[in-house]
Amino acid sequence: MEYQFQLVTQLKEALGDGVIEHHEKTNNPNELLMVIKPADIRRVAEFLRDSKNFKFLMDIAGVHYPSSEKPLEAVYQFYNREQNKRVRIKIPHLEGEKIPSLCPVYKAANWFEREAYDLMGLQFEDHPNLTRILCHHKFEGHALRKDYPATKNQVLDVPEVFSFPPLPVNPDDDPLTTQRNVINLGPSHPATHGTFRWYCEIEGETITRAKTEIGYLHRCFEKMAETHKYQQIIPYTDRLNYCSAPMNNSGYCRAVEQLLGIEVPARAQYIRVIMNELARVIDHFVCIGTTAVDMGALSTFWYCFTQRENVYTLFEKLCGHRMLTSITRIGGVFGDLDDAWKSECRALIKKIRETVDEVDGLLSNNKIWINRMRDTGVVSTQMAIEYAYTGPALRASGVQHDLRKVEPYWFYDTFDFEVPVLKEGDNYARYKIRILEQRESLRIVEQALDRIPNGPTMVNDPLICLPPKSEVYSNIEALMNHFMLIIEGVKPPKGEVYSYTEAANGELGFYIVSDGTGYPHRVKVRPPCFPIYSSFEEVIQGGLIADAVATLGQFNVIAGELDR
Amino acid sequence: MKALTPLEEFPFFTTQIKSFINWTRKNALWPLPFGTACCGIEYMAVVGAHYDVARFGAEVVRFSPRQSDLLMVAGTITEKMAPVLRQIYEQMPEPKWVLSMGVCASSGGFYRAYHTVQGIQSIVPVDIYVPGCPPTPEAVIQGIMKLQEKISKGDTPQQRLHEKKRAAARTAGDSSIEPIE
Repeated sequence: MEYQFQLVTQLKEALGDGVIEHHEKTNNPNELLMVIKPADIRRVAEFLRDSKNFKFLMDIAGVHYPSSEKPLEAVYQFYNREQNKRVRIKIPHLEGEKIPSLCPVYKAANWFEREAYDLMGLQFEDHPNLTRILCHHKFEGHALRKDYPATKNQVLDVPEVFSFPPLPVNPDDDPLTTQRNVINLGPSHPATHGTFRWYCEIEGETITRAKTEIGYLHRCFEKMAETHKYQQIIPYTDRLNYCSAPMNNSGYCRAVEQLLGIEVPARAQYIRVIMNELARVIDHFVCIGTTAVDMGALSTFWYCFTQRENVYTLFEKLCGHRMLTSITRIGGVFGDLDDAWKSECRALIKKIRETVDEVDGLLSNNKIWINRMRDTGVVSTQMAIEYAYTGPALRASGVQHDLRKVEPYWFYDTFDFEVPVLKEGDNYARYKIRILEQRESLRIVEQALDRIPNGPTMVNDPLICLPPKSEVYSNIEALMNHFMLIIEGVKPPKGEVYSYTEAANGELGFYIVSDGTGYPHRVKVRPPCFPIYSSFEEVIQGGLIADAVATLGQFNVIAGELDR
Repeated sequence: MKALTPLEEFPFFTTQIKSFINWTRKNALWPLPFGTACCGIEYMAVVGAHYDVARFGAEVVRFSPRQSDLLMVAGTITEKMAPVLRQIYEQMPEPKWVLSMGVCASSGGFYRAYHTVQGIQSIVPVDIYVPGCPPTPEAVIQGIMKLQEKISKGDTPQQRLHEKKRAAARTAGDSSIEPIE
C-alpha cells in the first residue's frame, strides 16, 4: 500500500491538489485506482510516463452507465514494468464531452481510442484519425451502448474504398518516375490470413505508405458477454485466440475468480498450467508453420501440424473437443486427467521436442529463411514499449518481461524455466524466441506432470460450481442447487477487476465490471496482438511487400482476438 | 488360359457424356478456402498430413477465385466481410459449388450479434452445410463426399437453375443456351 500512497502524494505535489478526485486500492496489491477529470488526463499521463516510469499504456476501455449522472467512462490501464506497478485511471464524463487524446504521449493510444470511439462513442480531442475501426464504415450508432440492441444488424453493400492524401506534385517531374502505385491486399488474400486488409502505396516493390484495416472478424464478443451469464461466456472466450483456446478461458476464469475472491484448488491450477503450456507450444507451431507457408516452405507446415494434431488428440481425450476445449470453469477445471493421459502426454512431449529440433534445423540455418527474416520488420526496444508490445514480440526486441516470472500465478514460481530474450527485434528474432519458448514450455509441462497433487478440481462452493451429476440425480438439495445456478448464474459482488495472464502472444487482459447480477456489466478484453498490429503500418513502411508478409506472420496476429 | 472378363473382352463401355463429366468434376474439386476464423485453422488440419483431403481429390487449394470451383466458407462472416464474399463468389467461373463449414457460416452460430451475418445463404447459394463449432475434419470430409454425390447426380442448385433456364429458353424457341456439360 505504501507505494500507492507515495504515488498519490507525488502526483498531488506535481500537478496540484485538485488533480485526483478520488483514489482507492483495488483487489490487486500492485494497483492503484484513480478518478480524474477529462482535461487532466494528458498531464497525468505525461507525469506517469516521464517521472514514474509508466511506459506502457495497456488498455483503454469505455464503459456505459445509463442511469448514472455522468453516463460515460473512459478507463485507462498504465503499467510500470520495472517495478511491476499498475495504475487504473477512470474518467467519468458527460455525453459529448471531449477527452484529450493520448496519441502524443503513447503511440498505442491511437487504436485503443479509435476502438473506444467506435464501440462506445467516446470523443477524443486532437486524435489524428478518429474513425471507426471494428464496425464497418456505414455503421450507425455505438454498439456497446446499453441502449443498442445486440441483435440489430446493419447491412453493408459495398466495401470501403481507401485513398491516401495526395503527395505534393511538382509539375516539372516526370510522372513516370514520380507517380506511385497503390495496391490493395486482402481481406481475402493468402498472405493476409483471411481477414486483414492493407492498402499500400508502392514505389517499385518498396512500400512508401501503408494503411491497415481490421474488423473483418468483429463478431461482437463484448456485446455477447454482456448478454450472457458469467459461466456462459467461457465458450466465447475460446474463440478469441482460437489457436490456443485453453489460455483464453483460463485467463477469463481467473478474472472472474479474482472478482469473487476465491482461489482454485491446487490440482486445477496444475491442470491449467499443463493445458496452457501445451497450448502455447501449438500456438507457436501454427505461427511458425503458417509463416513458413507464406515464405514458400511448405514442408515445415506439415511437420508443425502433425504435432499439433497429436496435441489435439490429447485435448480431445481430456475434454471432448479437439480445438476449442472450454475445459476451464469458474472455480476450477471441468475435466480431470488420469495416469494413462499423463504417460501419453510424456511420450508426446518427447516427440514434440524432436519436431521442434527438426523445425529448428529446417529453418534456423536455412539460407533462404535467414535472408527473408533477418533485418526485416525491425522493431526497436523503444518502439516496442511505446506500442505496448507484450509477449514474444517484446522479448524479441530485447525486453525481458514475462508475467509468469514478474507476477507468478498458478505455481509458476515453483517451476524451473527460463525466459528467452533476443535483442535484434527483427522477424528472425521473433521466430527464434518462439522456438526457444516452446522448449521451455515443454519443460514446464514435464515438471507439472511430475508434481501434480491429488485432490478436487473445483472449489467446494454451491454458489459457484455445479454439484456432481450423481448427486443431482439422487438428492433434492443438489438438484435445486444445480437448477438455481443454471438459472441465476454465478453472481460476483459489485466491483471491477483488471486481470491478466501471459498468453501465447503476450498479456491477455480482462477488465470486468460487475453490477452484482448474474450478467457482467462490461467485459473488455485486452488482446495482446491488438497493440502489436497497430504498429504494423509503421513497421512495414520502407520495406518490401514480401517483408511485410513475413512481418505479419511473425506478429502472429489472430483475427479472433484482434477483432473480437 | 484364364477366361477374359467382360471388360477385357470388350474394353469399352457406354455412358452419358453428362455422367462422365460429372464424374471427372467431382473427383477434381479445386477449393478456394475463404477461411476467416477458427474453422479456417481447422480447414488447415483437413488439408494437413493426418486427414489429407487429397484422398478425395480436393487438395489443390487455390486462392484465386478464377482458378477454383468450390468455395469453402470456413468461419464467421461479418457484415463488413459480406460484400467481399459476394464479390469473390461472382468472380468464380461456372460450374461452382459452395460449402458452408461450421455453424457461424451456416447460421451465425451462437453469435446472434449486431455485426455477424446470420447465415451466408443470404449472400451466396449454399450446396452443403457442415455443422460443428468448428466441425471435426471428419465432418468436413463427409461434407465433401456428400457434395461429390450431389455433383455426380447433377443435382446442385446451380445446375438445376441452369437446366431450368435452358428448358424455358428451348420452349421459347431459343437454343443459344448451351447445356452445362
